[in-house]
Amino acid sequence: MDILELTPLVEALIFAADGPIKAERIAEALDTDQAEIMSAIEALEVDYAERPRGFFLQQVSGGYQLRTRPEYADYLRRLGHSRPFKFSRPAMESLAIIAYRQPVTRSEVEYLRGVDSGSVLKTLLEKRLVRILGKKDIPGKPMIYGTTREFLELFGLSDLSALPTLREFSELAPEEENGAFMANLPLLVDEDGLTEL
Amino acid sequence: MNAGMENYAIQLENFEGPLDLLLHLIKKNEMDIYDIPMAAITDQYLTILDAMKILNLDLAGEFLLMAATLLHIKSKLLLPKMVEEEPEEEEEDPRAELVRRLLEYQKYKEVSQTLERQPRLGRDLFARAAPQPEVLEDTEAGFVAVGLYDLLAALRDVLKESPEQLVHEVNMEQLSVKDRINVILSSLQGQESIAFVDLFSGGIKRNELIVTFLALLELVKLRMVRFMQNTSHGTIWLFPAVVLDETGDLDIIEDTLGYT
Repeated sequence: MDILELTPLVEALIFAADGPIKAERIAEALDTDQAEIMSAIEALEVDYAERPRGFFLQQVSGGYQLRTRPEYADYLRRLGHSRPFKFSRPAMESLAIIAYRQPVTRSEVEYLRGVDSGSVLKTLLEKRLVRILGKKDIPGKPMIYGTTREFLELFGLSDLSALPTLREFSELAPEEENGAFMANLPLLVDEDGLTEL
Repeated sequence: MNAGMENYAIQLENFEGPLDLLLHLIKKNEMDIYDIPMAAITDQYLTILDAMKILNLDLAGEFLLMAATLLHIKSKLLLPKMVEEEPEEEEEDPRAELVRRLLEYQKYKEVSQTLERQPRLGRDLFARAAPQPEVLEDTEAGFVAVGLYDLLAALRDVLKESPEQLVHEVNMEQLSVKDRINVILSSLQGQESIAFVDLFSGGIKRNELIVTFLALLELVKLRMVRFMQNTSHGTIWLFPAVVLDETGDLDIIEDTLGYT
């Protein structure tokens, strides 16, 4: 198929998909080979970048999804449709540790944080950001945890290798103001504070 | 002591745990992480713990554990060095593990802040909420295996439907997991699938409900059935995983199930 024909067709499929859609699935649906789909996707990316669009094509969880541009977030939040995940510091810390250290046991998370993490872990499991990968083959057979597809989608990551680089410290970092963490959160529509989860 | 308390009392709730608090103290006092003055840090740490008690804050066990660790390290440092018979076997600095943990904690604390700022779906980026495409019931295509959490959520839902009986009734009727297994298998016969909730319909009692659920788990374990759902939050369906023969009944020795 001609790339000029193919590109809007690929756009239509990505638009209609109910989540990130993989290039190979598009290829299957259109009975075309994946290389052609990829050039159509690239054409779309260029197109969206050049023209003033409200959305862009993001590579998420191994697929592609149309998402609104971050600079419009304030306005979109006014619609109030979304119920964004809000993370407390314990939740975010635990999630980060699981994301980088997976497969990881609860006691490993707790050792790293120095704090009991049972209830935080439970919440992350319920929110489907973390899942049980299996059991570790050591005495007591503790569960091992890892992150989910939903985690990648939430943070807009194509896969785990797209996580922000973990900085190794051999020295102490200058102190970031405690509380600055919460202050960085944009104000959300809900009134119930920012300390949930 | 008092001056110390004034400094710290306000910020206690900002600390995630003992490691976080220690990191703060070390940085604030510009201590060398590789040569932490144990006496000073322990004093400060204990002062804060006292302040927490005065404020009647729920003192988490972790903070106390760290206090004990600090005191232990401090006392180890105070012990006179043994004259080693084999000097090549160098003993590690008692503070080494703590230093490693602090640096490691700092690493994850920092990256969790980066992750927090990462553009997030539903907060910074928005995607269309597509309507669920209509499900074709006669096909397994697009079905995904049901995870433990979905299964438990489904159990919770059916349990909600069947309220706890307030009056205890002595019941002679023996509910058998084996019988229930056979009931489920026979209702699956000639069917493509059964909805999970349909197995629990018709004002089923709690004890029956539990037996049914156990029977389902047994069937999954025996690889006779599979739980599938169309979307990650969708209805759970039960599919036979083997060809069920007409006569049907499964010859299970009840004892091996271990419910009697």
